[in-house]
Amino acid sequence: MKLQEYRSKEILARHGVPLLAGEVATTPEEARGAAARIGGPVVVKAQVLVGGRGKAGGVKLAATPAEAEQRAREILGLDIKGVTVRTLLVAPAADIAKEYYLALILDRAAKAVTIIASAEGGVEIEETARTSPEAILRLPLDPLIGLQEFGVRRVGFFLGIPAELRRDFASVLRGLTDAFFGTDADLAEINPLVVTQTGELLALDAKIVLDDSALPRHPELEAMRDLNEEEPAETAAREAGISFIKLDGTIGCMVNGAGLAMTTMDLVKLAGGEPANFLDIGGGAKADRVAAAFRIILDDPNVRAILVNIFGGITRGDEVAHGIVEARSTLEREVPMVVRIVGTNAAQAAEILRQANLITAESLDDAAAKAVAAASGAPGSA
Amino acid sequence: MSILVGRDTRLLVQGITGREGEFHSHAMLDYGTQIVAGVTPGKGGQSALDYRVPVYDTVVEAVAQTGANASCIFVPAAFAPDAMLEAADAGLPLVICITEGIPALDMLRVYHVLRAKGVRLIGPNCPGATTVGEAKVGIIPGTIHRPGPVGLVSRSGTLTYEVVQAMTDAGLGQTTCVGIGGDPIVGTSFVDVLDLLNRDPATEAIVLIGEIGGEDEERAAAFCAAEVRKPMAAFIAGRTAPPGRRMGHAGAIISGGAGTAESKRAALEAAGVRVADSPSRIPSLLREAGVR
Repeated sequence: MKLQEYRSKEILARHGVPLLAGEVATTPEEARGAAARIGGPVVVKAQVLVGGRGKAGGVKLAATPAEAEQRAREILGLDIKGVTVRTLLVAPAADIAKEYYLALILDRAAKAVTIIASAEGGVEIEETARTSPEAILRLPLDPLIGLQEFGVRRVGFFLGIPAELRRDFASVLRGLTDAFFGTDADLAEINPLVVTQTGELLALDAKIVLDDSALPRHPELEAMRDLNEEEPAETAAREAGISFIKLDGTIGCMVNGAGLAMTTMDLVKLAGGEPANFLDIGGGAKADRVAAAFRIILDDPNVRAILVNIFGGITRGDEVAHGIVEARSTLEREVPMVVRIVGTNAAQAAEILRQANLITAESLDDAAAKAVAAASGAPGSA
Repeated sequence: MSILVGRDTRLLVQGITGREGEFHSHAMLDYGTQIVAGVTPGKGGQSALDYRVPVYDTVVEAVAQTGANASCIFVPAAFAPDAMLEAADAGLPLVICITEGIPALDMLRVYHVLRAKGVRLIGPNCPGATTVGEAKVGIIPGTIHRPGPVGLVSRSGTLTYEVVQAMTDAGLGQTTCVGIGGDPIVGTSFVDVLDLLNRDPATEAIVLIGEIGGEDEERAAAFCAAEVRKPMAAFIAGRTAPPGRRMGHAGAIISGGAGTAESKRAALEAAGVRVADSPSRIPSLLREAGVR
């Protein structure tokens, strides 16, 4: 789960990272009030989780409270990559002398938490990785000892932190590290970390991505989830215990297992169609979860056909088939449905599906082809 | 011959009295796996699986009483790291953890402790390993296999079953099938299993099932190019997956240009591995490579 900038900064500030916190505003008037309290020039920043908000006009400078109100009016309601801006951060503007990149990540290849640092801050780190990989330091932390003084020094010297700021830099890196481990993060990033014209070291922007598996033990972080940023269908899926990502195609997919779900999408594409979603219904799915999955899929008006691909494994295929037939009778919208159930009791499952007039398929390739054909026909056919 | 699990496996199941643990332990017994003990703290002295398996409070006691030499873990995510550490502490050389949803930082600690002790960890969040006709440890359905010359390693669950079923339907049997798990931090990598299969005299050909994310497949490709002379086929899931849904900025840096399905396919093909567009194509690619 990604946290908004202002949430990430709250957490970093709590761990002693120096930053200009600013205030959150949801109306132009609030932005004006915030700017007045801050005094001096401010920056008005859209709080969205998608990248590229600056280019989309979501970050603007304002010299006065009146101007902050005007900028807030422009940014609120803006559509940035499909997300409507509802929240702003109004923060003191900083005169930047130097920008750095600093992050900790869960590094699956190194089997460690790794510090990533670059003196080329303010740009996307992927861009730096492409153009000048030598400008990036990667320092895996020993799992036994974590971040030690020598590690702090190594990163500081690599970045060329001025001598008078080394002590401040140590608290930034220590604070970022504590925030990473304290929140069970996958990523904790400061970009840019800046030195101002007046010689202060400050975190100007921050991003924390949390490990979803650790969220159950961090209810205070779960409470920071921004439902405005989620597709309503994705929220509904999460609450039903279904893994779902909306895509742009016309063929809704319902599959058990993430790898098989991705494969099903790939084969839809290979058969000339476009998947409408990724959907992993999880193990041991019962009729109610099947029904929830159907509702979520059909909530997307682009969906013209549904492809169900279940590898029953130890789950009985006939039970899954009954679940599908039951769930289907409760649906409000009728679209062609291609169902493939493999594994235990697949023959009984096929019979149940045939009696219910569902299109069945033996192989996954065949199922994908039938779904693509069904989606290109008139809605409601078959 | 086989790898990891077989006739000599004396299995202990941690979480044997739980819903999942009990269900799958029955299936393992039915397959012929020797389950010698179960562990559920507080239920020591009882028995499980229709009185066929004694239950102990601790792993160390179970090992002392039964000579167990491998553990399969079904306990919930909140307790699974402790269960893995307990198995390692009791000296078990092989731990297969089925549990999904374990926090990554917990897994990092477990990974390094087990590695330092020389314990082979498979998973977590994996379907387990089956040596066909000998032993199944985990949740891979026993009915999908037939004995034969092909070894398989995969990061997925049901996708593995799909590929195994396709091979079995085409008359291509298997030696050992291993699911290494889809979590960011897993105990055993593709390369580890490829090395074992490559050395296994009964395995004449190898199938690798990968998916997008990370760079384990790229490392596997490098290993194949350098070490593996047995015929190989592969499938990589996720060609149509949207980029960046789960990766932060620095996550993408880990993979650099790698991590996409296309880069993984290209790396494997460059290493001489035949890469299929669909799981159903795996058997014919193996046939083309001379496997029968």
